Amino acid sequence: MRASFVFSEVITGLRRNITMTIAMILTTAISLGLLGGGLLIVRMIDKMQLIYSDKVQVMVSLTDDISANDKSCSTSICANLQRELQGSSNVETVTFQNRDQSFQRFQQLFQAEPELLRLTRPESLPATLQVKLTDPSKADVLVKAFTGKPGVKTVDDQGVFLQRFFGILDSVRYATFLIALVQAAAAVLLISNTIQVSAFTRRVEVGIMRLVGATRWYTQLPFLIEAVVAGVVGSILGIVGLGLAKVFFLDAALSGPIASGVLPRLDLLDVVAISPILVGVAAVISAITGYVTLRLYVQL
Amino acid sequence: MIRLEHVTKVYKTSTRPALDNVSVEMGKGEFVFLIGPSGSGKSTFLRLLLREEVPSKGRVYVSNFDVAKMARRRVPRLRQSIGCVFQDFRLLPTKTVAENVAFALEVIGKPRHTIQKVVPEVLQLVGLDGKADRMPTELSGGEQQRVAIARAFVNRPLVLIADEPTGNLDPDTSQDIMLLLERINRTGTTVLMATHDHSIVDSMRRRVVELDHGRVIRDDARGVYGVGR
Repeated sequence: MRASFVFSEVITGLRRNITMTIAMILTTAISLGLLGGGLLIVRMIDKMQLIYSDKVQVMVSLTDDISANDKSCSTSICANLQRELQGSSNVETVTFQNRDQSFQRFQQLFQAEPELLRLTRPESLPATLQVKLTDPSKADVLVKAFTGKPGVKTVDDQGVFLQRFFGILDSVRYATFLIALVQAAAAVLLISNTIQVSAFTRRVEVGIMRLVGATRWYTQLPFLIEAVVAGVVGSILGIVGLGLAKVFFLDAALSGPIASGVLPRLDLLDVVAISPILVGVAAVISAITGYVTLRLYVQL
Repeated sequence: MIRLEHVTKVYKTSTRPALDNVSVEMGKGEFVFLIGPSGSGKSTFLRLLLREEVPSKGRVYVSNFDVAKMARRRVPRLRQSIGCVFQDFRLLPTKTVAENVAFALEVIGKPRHTIQKVVPEVLQLVGLDGKADRMPTELSGGEQQRVAIARAFVNRPLVLIADEPTGNLDPDTSQDIMLLLERINRTGTTVLMATHDHSIVDSMRRRVVELDHGRVIRDDARGVYGVGR
């Protein structure tokens, strides 16, 4: 097999069909960019689950008088609550956080929202008992048991809020994958069409090739490689697009939540990590499309 | 070299067979004219040898190949041992003379140094030395057919099939092409030429196989185009 020959055929083929080639590459790029976006969201969810699994799962807010007067959970009501929580099954650790500490944490969380910080006084935040569970999914038992106890203002399962948030991310991810799929269908049709046009414009060459005894590989490989090259170039463009979107759009839009640690930071490394997947998907899909097209629609 | 045994070919679109129980044998180094009116089965005959078609009945042998029965993946080997020339030359307009000839070797994976050696040799053989870098459009019809013959012969095939090679050429040029085919025949290559050209068949006095309605109606060792015509 003479590689130089095959590659010069590929270049000629792509150049001869330049508008179609560009359309094919762009469609592939958009499709894979969206697929990559979906994959990035998956990574983000994973990271968030990691972050939040370490943190509080149930927060017992204490009544105002305790919040105001008890700096170290030394009153009997607070100490009893803490002991009771500690003694419950499914509880790993219980930490007391007084009003000042709550306020510090609040400031840290909302440093990107100066107005909110200005309007909030320490007095509006309660002291809390932060409970870490062994099994966060069984938080509701604890919530029920402690709601309404003396000294308890509210009991919040933060898992519920997180679930809702992950739910939103999940639907964004599904929507992205769905659009990526539609785009992928368009890309596949374009690749198939381009190969058919390419084969038609080169029917004399291919006819001669067959006549002088070129093997199937020799006659078909240029077309297959053409499809794969376009697919891979498209995927690289898609990856570059993702990187640019991250730097110029996502970073700016999410700078607040990221700085306060609510959202995990997406690194360019994350984009790099998913790129082999995107390139691989592009190569495999375009190769399969090319092969099927040559088999079904092109008489070589 | 070429042997057909009771070959019948019926196309799906037609009830009348294109070839009807044809048996014929051509030896190594023979020069054979295949004649007959349009629709007599000449093209089908040639296509069967190249395995562009498979016979409905009977067997086809070219060299050691059992053409009708051979596996699909071996077909390129068969075709590499057969050279083909057509009425319409079938040159690639974007390639030079030398590139057109080299193309036939490139696509069967011949190494570059072989190509660089044999292409000038074959161009000299067909009388085109000095025109290697011309484009096909800059050549006369006769010269274009010489390029096509060079391409068909460059891989030293056992058989050269020529389908109306002089159909587009004037008589003088046709005569030159025939001399070239004779020269190739003298190297031991079997030449099978389908033609309508009376004067060429008559002047060459070679073996003539005549087809009509898919049957061999004449096979003369040193024939002319039309008996008593």
